Amino acid sequence: MINLSLKSLNQGLVKKKFSSLELTQFFLNRVEKHNSDINAFISIDAEKSLTQAKHADALIQSGQNSLLTGIPVAQKDIFCSAGWRTTCGSLMLDNFISPYDATVIQKFNEVGAVNLGKTNMDEFAMGSSNETSYYGSVKNPWDLSLVPGGSSGGSAAAIAARLAPAATGTDTGGSIRQPASLCGFTGLKPTYGLVSRFGMIAFASSLDQAGPMAPSAEDCAALLNVMAGYDEKDSTSINHEKEDYLANLDEPIKGLRIGVPKEFFEKGLDGSVQKVIEAALMSYKKMGAELVDISLPNTHLAIPVYYVIAPAEASSNLSRYDGVRYGYRAKEYDDLMEMYFKTRQEGFGEEVKRRILIGTYVLSAGYYDAYYLKAQKIRKLISDDFKKAFEKCDVIMGPSAPSVAFKANEKKSDPLAMYLQDIYTISTNLAGLPGMSIPAGMIENLPVGLQLIGNYFKESQMLNIAHAFQKETDWHTRMPDGVS
Amino acid sequence: MDWDIVIGIETHVQLRTNSKQFSGASTAYGSEPNSQACLVSLAYPGVLPVLNKEAVNCAIRFGLATDAEIASRSIFARKNYFYPDLPKGYQISQFELPIVNHGKLSISINGKEKEVRILRAHLEEDAGKSLHGIVQGKTGIDLNRAGTPLLEIVTEPDMSSADEAVTYAKKLHELVQWIGICDGNMQEGSFRCDVNVSVKKKGDTKLGTRREIKNLNSFRFIKQAIDYEVNWQIERLEDGEKIDQATILFNPETGETRAMRSKEEANDYRYFPDPDLLPLEVTANMIDKIKLSMPELPASVAERFEKNLGLSSYDASELTANREVTNYFNNVLQFECSPKITANWILGVIFSQLKEKDISISLCPISPAQLAKLIQRIEDQTISNNAAKKVFDALWQKPNTEIDLLIDELGLRQISDSGAIDQLVEEVINANINMVNEFKSGKEKAFNALVGQVMKASKGKANPTQVSEILKKKLTI
Repeated sequence: MINLSLKSLNQGLVKKKFSSLELTQFFLNRVEKHNSDINAFISIDAEKSLTQAKHADALIQSGQNSLLTGIPVAQKDIFCSAGWRTTCGSLMLDNFISPYDATVIQKFNEVGAVNLGKTNMDEFAMGSSNETSYYGSVKNPWDLSLVPGGSSGGSAAAIAARLAPAATGTDTGGSIRQPASLCGFTGLKPTYGLVSRFGMIAFASSLDQAGPMAPSAEDCAALLNVMAGYDEKDSTSINHEKEDYLANLDEPIKGLRIGVPKEFFEKGLDGSVQKVIEAALMSYKKMGAELVDISLPNTHLAIPVYYVIAPAEASSNLSRYDGVRYGYRAKEYDDLMEMYFKTRQEGFGEEVKRRILIGTYVLSAGYYDAYYLKAQKIRKLISDDFKKAFEKCDVIMGPSAPSVAFKANEKKSDPLAMYLQDIYTISTNLAGLPGMSIPAGMIENLPVGLQLIGNYFKESQMLNIAHAFQKETDWHTRMPDGVS
Repeated sequence: MDWDIVIGIETHVQLRTNSKQFSGASTAYGSEPNSQACLVSLAYPGVLPVLNKEAVNCAIRFGLATDAEIASRSIFARKNYFYPDLPKGYQISQFELPIVNHGKLSISINGKEKEVRILRAHLEEDAGKSLHGIVQGKTGIDLNRAGTPLLEIVTEPDMSSADEAVTYAKKLHELVQWIGICDGNMQEGSFRCDVNVSVKKKGDTKLGTRREIKNLNSFRFIKQAIDYEVNWQIERLEDGEKIDQATILFNPETGETRAMRSKEEANDYRYFPDPDLLPLEVTANMIDKIKLSMPELPASVAERFEKNLGLSSYDASELTANREVTNYFNNVLQFECSPKITANWILGVIFSQLKEKDISISLCPISPAQLAKLIQRIEDQTISNNAAKKVFDALWQKPNTEIDLLIDELGLRQISDSGAIDQLVEEVINANINMVNEFKSGKEKAFNALVGQVMKASKGKANPTQVSEILKKKLTI
């Protein structure tokens, strides 16, 4: 049952080759076997998962099934799931059992998908290596001494090691695409507002977006079909017409104009990664696409702008973790102030505290205009860059990350080096555009991701473009040694 | 030395919506603590705010009622600070771009109209409550109120005495109830004022340093607090000291104000646009729709009462001070009673009873229909005005009694039978020949005395007009 597409798994279920109960137990066994090495999951609750599987089998039996019915999906531990511990990778929420379902979780439940467990992540989604989690770092299944990327590192490692056939992630600055690149599978960050943020624990509200993570574009299309949709509980959710993302996968891509931004191939990009990306672009050319040189002149400002806006929003979003109503509270304190100080000192990790401090600073009286307001203006310039670029092309392509997976601890003590991991992904979050990473090649047995950036709500077209590549190549089906 | 007093008021008006500003939880007052605290009120991880459209409508109604500009685009911002009864660690409010700008409210001071400019009115959410002392040494948090919709109405510093401030506050209090956006219940905190007070030397153009008196929830406290604060500031300045900007509290027990925090201790609220909420767009179409549902405003109704009904300006303004009173008055007029007599009855007899019983006109046991009938019985001369007051008192005790039965029961029906009155007059003339002679020799007073005698003989029931007419006829033959 390893390395089967979601469509094949669905066929297996429908044709009674196996039941959801068997399928779920199979993946639970894999998690049981490998999780101690990889640390991809924070919470496993076999009883809950198997109950859902039984329910799914009943649905299939009665013919009330859809493509994802009975299929185990690993859920990033940022999505509130009723009755499940939902930690967001933080001691702050170590004891938090969610009383409600995030809209994303609810949608998976509605189609009878099985929640396989809650995956590890950087604390409050802040990190690019999954080393800031309170629950320990996640290992890259391609080489356990390397990081899987972050912040959706647990979901990424689970997909790479085939501990789950599908997973969810969230992407604020690259947290789906960079781990997809480093772990060798397909990850999609949709247009801001396509997937509801309700019940998804907020990091930076104007940038956060949930998306699918799975080996192939086709799998991601199946997952997005469930995840996307307007939600009145999220005021920033967009009432976009419902699409079937599986419908256009096989459209021809001849004549497609691919924009190649020169700024994505400058200093900072690993030379061998560049070669893989260029080779992938040549493959597209062979398939009949046209390569167009474009420029995104404000790319170099994306990281500085992001590290003003995201921490500003985070500093406010994380104020609710005060020890008063739920979550962690310091054991000993003499008064209210001390309770606040100790709770937040002890409950949050270093990177989270760093960003709260940065965010508090940039919003302070006297600094607001120079930082927050200016960053918002540049954010607009970055969006305008894309707007101009899309006059010349249908999709933009480049690397997802500047390098292949790096060693654990290599950048842990150097936040600025770590922040550069997201140099190619962050600008799409700032513009609210959809972005995607697909496996495009290997360097010394480590995967390299090709990034696709589409125009607003062009997910269907992007999945089509990715699928065309995956029909010609097998990078997305490759698995690390030892996965069996 | 003479001093100018400068006062501006910020009023928190709790909007009369069923649910909270950003969630579906109920806003009912007085429920079991935390029974109305939904996941949004509790600021659970992952929850998001959804704007209550009805609260927006309330803000638009207020803008229309004060002739203000209603912003086509306004922005919700986060006001960040830590407090246990502020569950998110920030309050959602409007900061740079509020929904209502530049309105005005006219107040009447010693018969003169004065305009108070309204700088802005913005939508925000209320905090919860900290409950001290329920458990020894601990503080409880009740989040029922957290998220309740508020409209904060901010004036320019246009008031120059405690009386003006109170007059403004009362007028605003009446207006927000009139247009149906607030229940006006001050005990429950539905209408609370923060009053900014400063003083300056008479004629100075530069404003003095202000101190803000927080959270006054009665008109009496507003007056007391301002009076105390003004004296306090003048004494300081006359002693050569300076005033520091501060937030202060008024203690109703002592009648004094005391500083809560100084400017130095003030929070940096780190306002920024709330990324969870889109800019609030208000279209001309929305405004037009709300216009259609707006009641005629009190000032316009008062003007109509003066012009069309011939009421005095004082009566007209008293009758439009409160929508229930206006409705009561209009309901009586439906029975074609004289507007002047009706106004006199409501503002006189009814108001004094309501005041004595400390109830509002909505709880008046005598219905408009009954008052109308009573007035009709005066107008058709069934009873005298004095007798009508007796009927009114009896009716107050037994509100559902039929008026005509009550008049008979009390024996107050006027004698308007000219034969009967004729006979009484004849008897009085015969018994008081001296008085008759005095009248005939030119003493006008004797006539009134004779009328009095006839009334006495009728036990007050004779129609005095008829008595006069008949007496005059008989004496001048």
